Amino acid sequence: MIRFLARRLAQAVVILLGVTVVTFALAFLIPADPARMIAGRAATVETVASIRHQLGLDQPIPVQYARYLGRLAQGDLGRSYAQKTEVVELIGSRLPATLLLLAGAIFCELAIGLPAGIFAATRRGRFADRAVMTLSFVGVSAPQFVVGLLLLYVFAYLLGLFPLSGYGGLEHLVLPALTLGLAGGGFYSRMTRASMVGVLGQDYIRTARAKGVAETGVVLRHGLRNAILPIVAMIGIDIGLFMSGAVVVESVFGWPGIGQLAWQAIQRVDIPIMMGVTLTAATAIVLGNVIADLATALIDPRIRLN
Amino acid sequence: MTTRTLLRAALLAGAALIGAFGTDVRAAGSMIVTYQSDVATLDPAVGYDWQNWSMIKSLFDGLIDYAPGTTEIVPDLAESYEISADGLTYTFKLRQGVTFHNGREMTAEDVKYSLERTINPATQSPGASYYDTIKGYEDVASGASTTLAGVTVVDPHTLTIELNRPDAPFLHKLALNFAFVVAKEAVEEHGADFGKNPVGTGAFKLAEWTLGQRVVFARNADYYIADRPKLDEVVFEIGQDPSVALLRLERGEVDLLGDGIPPARFVDVMGNADLAKQVVQGGQLHTGYVTLNTRVAPLDNVAVRQALNHAINKDRIVQIINGRAVPANQALPPAMPAYNTAETGYAYDPEKAKALLAEAGLADGFSTELYAMNTDPNPRIAQAIQQDLAAIGVTVEIKALDPSVVIEAGGTEGAAPMIWSGGMAWIADFPDPSNFYWAILGCGAAAPGGWNWSWYCNQDVDALAGQADAMTDPAQAQARLDAWTRVFSKVLADAPWIPIFNEERFTMHSTRIAGDSDAIFVDPVHIPVHYDVVFATDAQ
Repeated sequence: MIRFLARRLAQAVVILLGVTVVTFALAFLIPADPARMIAGRAATVETVASIRHQLGLDQPIPVQYARYLGRLAQGDLGRSYAQKTEVVELIGSRLPATLLLLAGAIFCELAIGLPAGIFAATRRGRFADRAVMTLSFVGVSAPQFVVGLLLLYVFAYLLGLFPLSGYGGLEHLVLPALTLGLAGGGFYSRMTRASMVGVLGQDYIRTARAKGVAETGVVLRHGLRNAILPIVAMIGIDIGLFMSGAVVVESVFGWPGIGQLAWQAIQRVDIPIMMGVTLTAATAIVLGNVIADLATALIDPRIRLN
Repeated sequence: MTTRTLLRAALLAGAALIGAFGTDVRAAGSMIVTYQSDVATLDPAVGYDWQNWSMIKSLFDGLIDYAPGTTEIVPDLAESYEISADGLTYTFKLRQGVTFHNGREMTAEDVKYSLERTINPATQSPGASYYDTIKGYEDVASGASTTLAGVTVVDPHTLTIELNRPDAPFLHKLALNFAFVVAKEAVEEHGADFGKNPVGTGAFKLAEWTLGQRVVFARNADYYIADRPKLDEVVFEIGQDPSVALLRLERGEVDLLGDGIPPARFVDVMGNADLAKQVVQGGQLHTGYVTLNTRVAPLDNVAVRQALNHAINKDRIVQIINGRAVPANQALPPAMPAYNTAETGYAYDPEKAKALLAEAGLADGFSTELYAMNTDPNPRIAQAIQQDLAAIGVTVEIKALDPSVVIEAGGTEGAAPMIWSGGMAWIADFPDPSNFYWAILGCGAAAPGGWNWSWYCNQDVDALAGQADAMTDPAQAQARLDAWTRVFSKVLADAPWIPIFNEERFTMHSTRIAGDSDAIFVDPVHIPVHYDVVFATDAQ
């Protein structure tokens, strides 16, 4: 198990290094000159050149990359061009909000997806099954900014059940977490259903029924336990998916997370923040996958032995 | 409509000046302003966007300011000033007993230090070059020196500034945030984080800054203008989507929409009497235009540029943005001094446009490219221009791109034949016609990285503009504005731009807040509002 973990973590470091190379290269493929964006429209050519020099942007790209890695090794992500603040501080102050949103969204998607999927699987081919699957299809396909604005309009503006935006208590979390979780919920209900349908057709389920186990026990203890493996793996991957979903949802709900930060940075060509957020998101994705691998390995010995 | 709006603004401004800013208003209460983006920095030497610009004005002061709601220059930290007959030496008498938020008294040394800091390249100020007429600018800007030879502290409350050449808009430049006075010890203490820990002399001081969530300004009880500010605090709520912010304003949760009325809801709001009465409309120092690159064939031919000017239906473009602007017929916006009210510009006349093209030997038209910013409504405006030009046989390919890419192409010689300026240019930094010439139409800006995207350079016009800016005697003020009117008439004849429209401002605020006049909600230099003079109606 230790060897398994060590191997996965070593792979993660290599992947993250790859991410730094790609994002660094992409940042320099943008045909905009950050020095000119900082200098503003009143600046002379000399001012722009001096800023470029101060930022080290006049150095060859490999030299700049080496410097970036050197600082990164010390936990320094640089200083934002537009906000003039340390990127570590900006991300650090916003990460808790994003993590809270992630936890809320995962809770929502499981709370929606698992019961719906089990329900549909046990009523395969019947009206209830088709209804749940149609709804899940809507959930998966609806764009998040539309769902978000709709939930906001109905539940916050018209009904006044939740605050219109902001951050703080549980009442602020419900709508954004639900917006992020709805698509996942739809996806999970389909996956749970498929997995359950497969498992419920197995011989040992028939044996359990033949033994006279109650139907709830058959479904939950014998069925769900065996069907849940692919779902656990998916949760890890979801952390990555939610990182991109968070950009939209955080903007709509005024949620002070790193998705909102990324959105602003892109608009201002604030490369240090863009790099920092990308790296943070990549770390979350990689860690999510490692955790998913670990969890499945713990549940299913066959995986860790291979 | 323009005239009426202007007239109304002028009347309101007049009313404001006639002592309406009195002491009968009780100074108490608070207001909530919403913004989507984080506040970038509150360092006056560095901050240069529409969000932090007026926030900084409430935390700091300069030698010169404007009367609220107007473009009229008034002394601020300076009690009085004198300009020498040759226009080269400015002597400022400073107010006594003005203190920074940390309690220390502000002196002439601080004024000098603040100017030097802005020009010092290590500060990376986007406004440094506005002060290039001060003696010794080159030495500081190049990093050779850190002290400005032209700025002399005569005594703690007297300061002289010597210029290399007469610079008529110099007082306007001193009213810019870049010349605002900062406390040296606070800059040294916080270094690069001064923008998060600002210490000035302004009406408000920074009380709280929670990254990504809120910024709170609290009253500066020691402010040197006795009846300001009129609120105990201003709360900026950050990260608010503009459409959500509007819903919150309708519910009475917030007081002012920092990002304005979202375009998708504009017609809806203006059509609803209850909501519309919470909106204040006014002009702003903005012109939206299409640059015609004078160094790219066939736009290098003035007849072709004039033809394109006749081809555009500006009324239709104004309709596209739901009437949030007025059609433009010249480079200067109507709210700018030296605007020529007698000018009619190039009328919409496709037949005349075709005839002019035929005279230029292009009866069959030609193909070219139009760059535009890629966010709504700019691509739709570009399409309208494309259709209008197609009607006279000119085939236009639209390049809708990220603004930074468009700006880069504009500043690269020969790269962009035409650019629609929407979303990028040009709003004046200060209310003087010179600010609409040198950076966007002058020969000096027709350079790599410059903002003269037409690459227009007429030496005669440049000379005339230079003469106008050398007229520093206050008695010549009107003659100077007349000279600027002539400059812009010549520019119009050369047709380096197609002026399209002048955006109007629509500031939406709750009935909880008010000013002595509505003019403070469309103040020409404070956007969205002059925070120092807003009062709370529920605290009265």
